[in-house]
Amino acid sequence: MSQWQDIDLIVSGVTSGQTTALSLVEKSLKTIEDKSDYDAIISVIKDRAIERAKLIDAKIVSGEKVGRLAGVPFIAKDNMLTFGSETTAASNILKGFVAPYQATVIEKLEAEGAICVAKANLDAFAHGSSTENSDFMTTKNPHNKKLVPGGSSGGSAAAVILDMAPFALGSDTGGSIRLPASFCGAVGFKPTYGLVSRNGVIAMASSTDVIGPITKNVRDAAIVLEVIAGQDPLDSTTIGLDSYNFTPNSYKLKGKTIGVIKEFKNSDISKSVQQKFDHTIEILKSLGVKVIEVSFPLIEYSLACYYIIAPAEISSNLSRYDGIKYGFADSNATTLSELYNQTRSLGFGMEAKRRIMLGTYVLSSGYYDAYYNQAQKLRTKLIEEYDQAFRKCDFIITPTSPDVAFEIGKNVDDNMKMYLTDVLTVGASLVGIPAISIPANVGNDLPIGIQIMAGQKHDADLINFASAIGGSI
Amino acid sequence: MTKLTTDDIFKLAKLSNILVTELEAKELVGEIEVVLNYVGQLQKLDLANTEPTYQVTGLSNVMRPDEEVDYKISTEDLLKNVPETENNYIKVRRVL
Repeated sequence: MSQWQDIDLIVSGVTSGQTTALSLVEKSLKTIEDKSDYDAIISVIKDRAIERAKLIDAKIVSGEKVGRLAGVPFIAKDNMLTFGSETTAASNILKGFVAPYQATVIEKLEAEGAICVAKANLDAFAHGSSTENSDFMTTKNPHNKKLVPGGSSGGSAAAVILDMAPFALGSDTGGSIRLPASFCGAVGFKPTYGLVSRNGVIAMASSTDVIGPITKNVRDAAIVLEVIAGQDPLDSTTIGLDSYNFTPNSYKLKGKTIGVIKEFKNSDISKSVQQKFDHTIEILKSLGVKVIEVSFPLIEYSLACYYIIAPAEISSNLSRYDGIKYGFADSNATTLSELYNQTRSLGFGMEAKRRIMLGTYVLSSGYYDAYYNQAQKLRTKLIEEYDQAFRKCDFIITPTSPDVAFEIGKNVDDNMKMYLTDVLTVGASLVGIPAISIPANVGNDLPIGIQIMAGQKHDADLINFASAIGGSI
Repeated sequence: MTKLTTDDIFKLAKLSNILVTELEAKELVGEIEVVLNYVGQLQKLDLANTEPTYQVTGLSNVMRPDEEVDYKISTEDLLKNVPETENNYIKVRRVL
């Protein structure tokens, strides 16, 4: 049993005076300390969190408005700018960086009374699927310390399952919310591209980066999404929706159609995951959901497409780390060129360097059309395939990952094998659609995530559907 | 099949403003080659008549009014993160 109630119950407890924001923050901070051996947390925001909790409690006593998330502690992935501690993206090049402003998502959560208590570990700059690329430490899976928690938002997902806070924020570029949610047994929601502002979040691949919640249940994810979604003048890629009401309500599963991707049947999916997936399909059928097969002839190329576009955008986004305006700088350099080169060589880990060089390769003159532009053309085709599929079904379902959590160290020497972990999640990222990972296999062995996707801007439908089936699988 | 040499790696490193050692270059040859050969499979697809997609929600040229905005960030706070400053200026190493 979790020590945290559902978010709406926590909030009513705080506003009715049954509990205090301060006691919730203290409970959160104590759990973080007690479970520090999992290495889920990079830094704790103690003083500011306690100060904010006292302020909320005082407001409640005096009858002032406190917001929809009053007193709810949360943990942010350490690639989001926050006050009260450093923001490092788990990289040596940003060690010691103190954010001069907060990310829009953090500001929005604070405005509704939520309290950021800590920053979670990640693969440095969100480059990875296990947190093993963190320049500081590897987070341990809450179910078995020898296993990875998934990545890149591995610290966030582990923190939620370790009960450190009722919810955490993650970022997802090719699966970085959904994969760790799957490996740890949490709910991870990747919204439609542009639904949530990325202002103040350290950029990885800007054409797919999104921010979303990691929680214990779908309803909590919806409540958090309601607060963080919305257009932001500081992120020009944010989109407008007619309604920002995501909280699930009564929903009829009967008559809904879900698509199973024909081409994934032959791919490398482990026996336990395949069995759980097949079982989920049977449950859906028994709930009155119509299951059909949808064909994606080009889907086998999506991972290749992603591993061209992502490094290309990474190489461009990471060019700002030059030792001049912020972050680490090598004081031994005498000329400007030496400063750039030495700072980046000492400050970036090997994975960041690999991705920067790969991105530089696919963008360089002579290779641009063969790699980068070809990938962007394929992206057009993939969008067409998804559009066609969503004409035949309301949702598409896959396992979140081909296998359960793997052992720490198992894939570190084989970067290509590590990349293949993302094979089922990159599609939704490339075409910008919402996708959720919900835990199956609860209570048995290791968690298995089931991924459900919907068409662009159908985030509310997807949440309703996931919430309706969430307790059954 | 793409074949790389350590010279290719040194050239990429130079373009990326990163220094790599001889040993790192030897490892990177294989690591980057395997990814390039994997992603290179896209080249067999005939996409000559397909337009590329760079932005997936169809937005283009999102502008804001050309007016001064107060972001409430102090110069002092911004300069705190700068490795080297002098009289409120960012200090940069000599070019040559």
